Amino acid sequence: MKKIFASVMTWAVAVALVACGGNANQEGREAQELSGAGATFPLPFYNVVFEQFGQVNGDQVAYGGIGSGGGVRNLRDKIVDFAGSDAFLSEKEMTEMAPVLHIPTCMGAVVVAYNLDGVERLNLTGELVADIFAGKVTMWNDARLVALNPQVKLPAEAIMPVYRSDGSGTTFVFTDYLTKVSPMWAATYGTGKSVNFPSGQAAKGNPGVAGVIKQTKNTIGYVGSEYAFAQKIPYAAIENTQGEFILPTSATISAAASGEIPADTRCSITNSAASGAYPISTFTWMIIYKEQNYSDRKKEQAMATLDLLKYILSDEAQAITSEVHYAPLPAKAKELSMENLKSVTFDGVAILQ
Amino acid sequence: MNDRLYKILLFAAALIMPIVCGGVVYALVTDAYEAFEHFGFFKFLTSSKWSYTEGSEQYGALPFVTGTLMTTLLALIFCIPFSLPVALFVGEYFKGSRVAALLSTVTDLLAGIPSIIYGLWGFYTLRPIIMALHISPQGSGILTASLVLAIMIIPYAASLSAEFIKMVPNDLKEGAYSLGATRAEVIRKVVFPVAGSGIFSSYVLAIGRALGETMTVTMLIGNTNNIPDSITSTGNSMASIIANQFGEASDLRFSSLIAIGLVLFLITAFINMIGKMMIKRARIA
Repeated sequence: MKKIFASVMTWAVAVALVACGGNANQEGREAQELSGAGATFPLPFYNVVFEQFGQVNGDQVAYGGIGSGGGVRNLRDKIVDFAGSDAFLSEKEMTEMAPVLHIPTCMGAVVVAYNLDGVERLNLTGELVADIFAGKVTMWNDARLVALNPQVKLPAEAIMPVYRSDGSGTTFVFTDYLTKVSPMWAATYGTGKSVNFPSGQAAKGNPGVAGVIKQTKNTIGYVGSEYAFAQKIPYAAIENTQGEFILPTSATISAAASGEIPADTRCSITNSAASGAYPISTFTWMIIYKEQNYSDRKKEQAMATLDLLKYILSDEAQAITSEVHYAPLPAKAKELSMENLKSVTFDGVAILQ
Repeated sequence: MNDRLYKILLFAAALIMPIVCGGVVYALVTDAYEAFEHFGFFKFLTSSKWSYTEGSEQYGALPFVTGTLMTTLLALIFCIPFSLPVALFVGEYFKGSRVAALLSTVTDLLAGIPSIIYGLWGFYTLRPIIMALHISPQGSGILTASLVLAIMIIPYAASLSAEFIKMVPNDLKEGAYSLGATRAEVIRKVVFPVAGSGIFSSYVLAIGRALGETMTVTMLIGNTNNIPDSITSTGNSMASIIANQFGEASDLRFSSLIAIGLVLFLITAFINMIGKMMIKRARIA
């Protein structure tokens, strides 16, 4: 037994050593080890991208999915190269830190999943979703629901809302949308990573909420698109500002960002005015410091960080997004981000020319 | 010389535990201070509001204290009819036999199952049954969590009770038999009075285990932050609210969660202390 253990350990150490081998990349820069932390929402996408990036560039990237809030905290403490976040920093948060850049990496959405016997397609409006989660619409055969869905037979059963028990970027995006479309929601509950939902039950994480919905008839809940797509849970089409009922897909999510975007890309794209847009869509960002010389970082490390972001914005990496159930960034967001990356400095000197 | 060195080493090693325990209490108190200062200690304990609204955040521990006490008490009630027979079987009726050894091994095995497995079983097997029986529409809630908790604490209550039942002196039992007592009478009139405080203490220790159980409860209790109005409704326990919200909490909410942790620590310590005292008394008797 001891012998087996020893040999396994030797093998593991050997693999680790090989993996960390300091081979140089094409540009002759020494391979770096980057570390980041933050949102769990883009984790499956990042896992694939970081591995590909490692193969192309030789740099290793470690990413801890500790939640957006934790990631930003780590960046503020200057112990990571980048933070991943589903929510952009507020003006107040921006003033508390050295200047930072937001680089969108991919897009996702929050889907409204449900469990109803024999209902293949469900149409909902934003206001109706808000009323359901506020406990104001309590029956599946409510007149407003029936009017929107003449093609299906809705049961005379109570609606059971399911929401997130943990603080989450998914809740933030969902409530951000509800706040925009429902004055009642804005006045009573508002936007946040945790919100005082008045009715229903709560579960931890996307798997928790999706699990409860799958298991329980007559439930409705909100789940990150990457998880809902992979799990093939039925989800509703939501009416956008153009009056179209849109199902979330890679194309309709990307369409949500086809409108105007501010130069720093810090914007909410829920309830997008664009035609064909799924209304509960969002960017997810990587946040880095504009001045990269902090915490004894080397210039090579700063260069590797930029190489990583450039790679994520490349067509090659963006093509991966829809394979792993996300949506690619629109051209405009990529252009703005490439421009923003040029403002990144090391000791005050721009890194990219 | 060697002897002295040994003594010093032993002393240092023994000192580590109190230091660690003191450190934990110190860390809990310093981090919880903000919440107690902001809401007031008793206000925090008795407020049932848990509201995230920015600017007017309100955090009170009452719903979670209630949730924890309800699940624990129910679990205890559900566990007694299963653990007490096992204890009597192993400790009295089939004392020392092979069947008893097998039964106590199987019961002890229950203690070794990770709580996530209990959680999954509760979620995928028990919850649908609760729904099918129309006990509650959503399946999860105080009752579901308590049922699974009960199974989890059976081994703790059963094996310790069995030990105390075994310890009842044979002279006493034989005396009762010679007076013509039946077996049931011996158990009621001799075994229970003699082993009583020991059995009681084993249940107190089982309660200690149920109080802090996190994973299983989080998966089954429904995680709503209000005082449950019946045993079938959803709620949240002290451990599960911490597990749920720790990740994204900061400032006042972080401090409030730590404060709940401190209260849970105090309750658990208090209950364990009672258990230990009862064991001591049982030994002396």
